[in-house]
Amino acid sequence: MPDQSPPLHLAAALDGAGWHPAAWREPDARPARLLTAAYWADLVAEAERGMLDLVTIEDSLSLQSEVFDGPDGRVDRVRGRLDALLIAARIAPLSSHIGLLPIAVVTHTEPFHLSKAIATLDYVSGGRAGVQVRVSGRRDEWAHFGRRVPPEMHPDNLDEPASRLAITDRFDEAADYVEVLRRLWDSWEDDAEIRDAATGRFIDRDRLHYIDFTGRWFSVRGPSITPRPPQGQPIVAALAHRAEPYRLAARAADIAFVTPHSVADARWIIDEIRRAEADAGRGGEPVRVVADLVVFLDETTTAAQDRKDRLDELAGAGYASDAAIFTGTPAQLADLIGDWRAVGLAGFRLRPAVLPHDLAQITRGLVPELQRRGAFRSAYHGDTLRTRLGLPRPASRYASV
Amino acid sequence: MSRPLKQIHLAAHFPGVNNTTVWSDPRAGSHIEFASFVHFARTAERAKFDFLFLAEGLRLREQNGLIYDLDVVGRPDTFTVLAALAAVTDRLGLAGTINSTFNEPYEVARQFASLDHLSAGRSAWNVVTSWDAFTGENFRRGGYLPQHERYLRARNFLEAAWTLFDSWRGDEILADKESGAFLRDPYPGAFRHRDAHFDIAGHFTVPRAPQGRPVIFQAGDSEEGREFAASSADAIFSRHGTLAEGRTFYADVKRRLPGYGRRPEDLLILPAATFVLGDTDEQAREVAHEVRRQQVSGQTAIRFLEQVWNRDLSGYDPDGPLPDIDPDLGEHTVARGRASVRMHRDPQATAREWRERAAAGELSIRELIIEITGRQNFVGSPATVAAAINDLVQADASDGFILVPHITPGGLEEFADTVVPLLQERGVFRSEYQGTTLREHLGLGRPQPLQRELQGAS
Repeated sequence: MPDQSPPLHLAAALDGAGWHPAAWREPDARPARLLTAAYWADLVAEAERGMLDLVTIEDSLSLQSEVFDGPDGRVDRVRGRLDALLIAARIAPLSSHIGLLPIAVVTHTEPFHLSKAIATLDYVSGGRAGVQVRVSGRRDEWAHFGRRVPPEMHPDNLDEPASRLAITDRFDEAADYVEVLRRLWDSWEDDAEIRDAATGRFIDRDRLHYIDFTGRWFSVRGPSITPRPPQGQPIVAALAHRAEPYRLAARAADIAFVTPHSVADARWIIDEIRRAEADAGRGGEPVRVVADLVVFLDETTTAAQDRKDRLDELAGAGYASDAAIFTGTPAQLADLIGDWRAVGLAGFRLRPAVLPHDLAQITRGLVPELQRRGAFRSAYHGDTLRTRLGLPRPASRYASV
Repeated sequence: MSRPLKQIHLAAHFPGVNNTTVWSDPRAGSHIEFASFVHFARTAERAKFDFLFLAEGLRLREQNGLIYDLDVVGRPDTFTVLAALAAVTDRLGLAGTINSTFNEPYEVARQFASLDHLSAGRSAWNVVTSWDAFTGENFRRGGYLPQHERYLRARNFLEAAWTLFDSWRGDEILADKESGAFLRDPYPGAFRHRDAHFDIAGHFTVPRAPQGRPVIFQAGDSEEGREFAASSADAIFSRHGTLAEGRTFYADVKRRLPGYGRRPEDLLILPAATFVLGDTDEQAREVAHEVRRQQVSGQTAIRFLEQVWNRDLSGYDPDGPLPDIDPDLGEHTVARGRASVRMHRDPQATAREWRERAAAGELSIRELIIEITGRQNFVGSPATVAAAINDLVQADASDGFILVPHITPGGLEEFADTVVPLLQERGVFRSEYQGTTLREHLGLGRPQPLQRELQGAS
């Protein structure tokens, strides 16, 4: 019987050699190749082979660390990485269907620059661009920029008043930032370039618009220097663990990556986000809620568990994550996906514990299993990432009707 | 007399958002679609050019308070296009202008270091500084700095970026699966930089780039700009393309190098140059004349005049005489943020000079502007153009040229097919790439990390 539920969305989160800290020591890992274009091109080709909706590429403006406020001094972990947006741009011409979402820190960067960079990623990928926005609370990142004094934060107690205020501010700033990204994407109407030889005009300037954004943290005049991108509005995503980011996702994002640890948890999170959407007066398409899972996948449960144990031993500690950790076979993961999505999840973003092993298990094990169950696409349809996510291409907010 | 022939360096400038670019030509394609950039880059690489160059502008141009609509408008993001072009080219250098004013060193350094890794050592940065409040309205920190402060900040910015490029020495990553040591050094990329404009410290995220640092370009022409280039740049993007001016500039800049412990060949002089080709010199001149008329329409001529007069002159006939009224010497309001405006420091004198020229030649407004803004460096048959380029380089007027075609994206093809083979026959331009990195194409050494003492870097 054909599946009548909305299409399942699958994403892979790419980070270095994989999400487990000892991933780089696995036999098929290529830790000396992490800084090459070929490494990332191979991973994205594998993800595209599995017809995944999109990949995200991790990034931050500080060295990877297991402590909150600076580098951890560990020599047994992958440290150092490339700018995720440029990795996405570098592999865009080498792929043809998959969505590309680099992570971008919004706390220290210029919305004008990021807006045109993502618009350009949309051009070079033919309508497959997006961005996962991230706020920065790490003191070392603030010191790398040196422009502002970092707010007082207590990582051990994010609920005490100073921390709460700092978190609220950062996410409000991020919401302003996304608002500017979106206004700049709309600042050129689709048909602004007219090339009218008769009048000598390259553009119709009435179809270009100042955005005149003024907020607590910055103001931006516009218009963008880059014309409206192919998708009109590239996809904006955010990872959300608590009330403030839920509110950001509800106000500003197309996709919310969330970290439920059970079906009940997933149901609670979706309720929270829907409530936040209502509070924000969000109209149009609701945010797509996508659950993150770290995955250790092998042909048998024992093999997967043994591999995880071996990696944990190499790392010197049991692996812990903000997301739920799945250890088992692709078929068992397909079962879990079937159970969890029933509560209203649009899909799953899988964080491969080891690259390329667990990514190949997704594309060559999980995806065929889901296809057998009629639960996942057997071909790419639609030209753009928006289309695949079931999101219509919006008209520019500035276009006169 | 018999010094060996100099090897010419050639680069391709993607046509920009000014009236050099003729968008009304039937052959003209998109300035935004990636296919245009691929076409242009592949032509340049087929011709064995040293690099491709992208300019940058961070606010749409305006005149009389309205977005300027007569030229190409709009461009993509420089870093994103260069990284994508690295996927469709193999040897071609990838150079871009990135403004130091509306960026932070940490971010720009990680973008260039990343681009250098992703292109396997082909990145170049044209460092510009253009501090105007008009462009600043698009950024968190707008503001204004006087000229001398601008150079200081640009210098400080570059020094900070160098500190970051050098913060990883290049031997930190072991990635030894057996022993479990990924790093040799527990705190790689440690840096601290403090000066009048920046106070930053911490750890850089990008390990040392294949070229060590991207190739550094500088474009300023002032005394400060020349010293800055002599101290810190690998190449100058100059505007002196003629024999006499070129030789003077070349000699002036190169003589400054020993003062910074550098050899003359450590800094290349590369003027921008336009070209028009024809089967014969005569035919090329005819085409060139037509191109000039396309570049300077009657409307465009009036807009140029307004930038000097600082007045709305839309009521004037471009085919008639120059205005009798004098320029408005008040605050410049016609074209905020435009470099062309700053070039005319004494508008009254410029107006007088232009009137005299127009009267002497019986020129209309349009004819005068065509003459005054003339910037066609090379016009002729392929043999004539090849000889002219070679003569200028061998005479030390430059080390090569950054060619600016007027048609996107195909404007480089004729040059690649007809002029390049003649230069190769003369033995003054490569027939194959010898190296893989841009520094190798340009004959520049690979910089060693500066040794800096770090206090409290942990």
